[in-house]
Amino acid sequence: MISLRNTATAYGLVSRCLHWSVALLFIGQIALGWLTQVFSDQPVLQFDLYQLHKSVGFLILALALIRLAWSLFGRSPHAGAVASAVERLLARFAHRVLLLLTVAVPLAGWAIASASPLGVPSYVFDLVVVPNLPLPVSDAAEAFWSHIHAWLAYGAAGLVSIHAAAALFHAFRRGRTSLHGMLPQRR
Amino acid sequence: MKTVAWTSAIALTIAMATPVIPAQPAFAAQAIAHYRIDPASHIGFHVEQVSGGAINGSIPVASGHFEINAQDLAHSSVTIELSPGGVATGQPRIDAFLRSNAVFDTQTYPAITFTSTNVVPTGPKSATITGALTARGKSRPETFQAAFSKENGNRMSFHVTGDIPRLPYGMGVGVPIYSNVVSFDMQLEGVRE
Repeated sequence: MISLRNTATAYGLVSRCLHWSVALLFIGQIALGWLTQVFSDQPVLQFDLYQLHKSVGFLILALALIRLAWSLFGRSPHAGAVASAVERLLARFAHRVLLLLTVAVPLAGWAIASASPLGVPSYVFDLVVVPNLPLPVSDAAEAFWSHIHAWLAYGAAGLVSIHAAAALFHAFRRGRTSLHGMLPQRR
Repeated sequence: MKTVAWTSAIALTIAMATPVIPAQPAFAAQAIAHYRIDPASHIGFHVEQVSGGAINGSIPVASGHFEINAQDLAHSSVTIELSPGGVATGQPRIDAFLRSNAVFDTQTYPAITFTSTNVVPTGPKSATITGALTARGKSRPETFQAAFSKENGNRMSFHVTGDIPRLPYGMGVGVPIYSNVVSFDMQLEGVRE
């Protein structure tokens, strides 16, 4: 039976659910963000993609903040003897940066919406209006935050790829370890 | 003196008789005044947004006419053509979006027209005007409220308001973040022809 909280050797159910919901949304969101730029010649589709991207972004931000709090106030399982000290250090660093990026990328996106002179309200899934951040509004400010958002997102995409490759490597080359740490347990 | 009296009597008779002589085009025309709509008229609109506030803008008048039948207001009429290509909201990027095929598609549909079909007086100086509004290639009956503002020499102006849904015209982008209803607030200036 898997516990809700993390144990010394395994991630708990809450960590696993948060990890995979943020992971799937985050990967989908990177694709969605890229599509908003692909369809710049179709303004209606682009507008709708932007609004969906904003809605998913606020959902990720909420989940990522819960996940950050959960990780700060809970324990992390030990990586075990399968990884070297350097690997453990790199993994821990990468996990922390990824966790912060899942908060920082949507925050930068929120900053774009807040700094844009277009002032398009953030109406999350047509349910809740999220107010703008108190930031200067101008074309230049919007462009600035757009660059920050894009670079953080592409950086996160790269790190997600490395993270996924490392997890698969450990799963297939070194047996049932780190990837299984995040997958439902089968006995 | 007799001649003067007779002349006066004839003149008086003519003066009294002429207004009721039927089928006299020269006199019948007096009841209907033709006005050309001045491009200086203001066609204002606003679209409310979900968080409060609104997009406010204006659309320039290309041309238009109205006829006022002072004796029978119900037989008055108006036709007007707007140029959405000149839409102005104070934010160039919003203007470009409105001109694009997301909203007005001004390359394909450079004009928005309204032609009245029915005028129903609602008071001595106001009327409900129903007509065909054509925008983005679609025509629908729409209704506006018109109220006389002022007459100054050969100029006459009206304050006209009306709420138009944009979804039926294929301009529904952004609903419900931006309201489906476009509220028009217009000051129409006519110059007598």
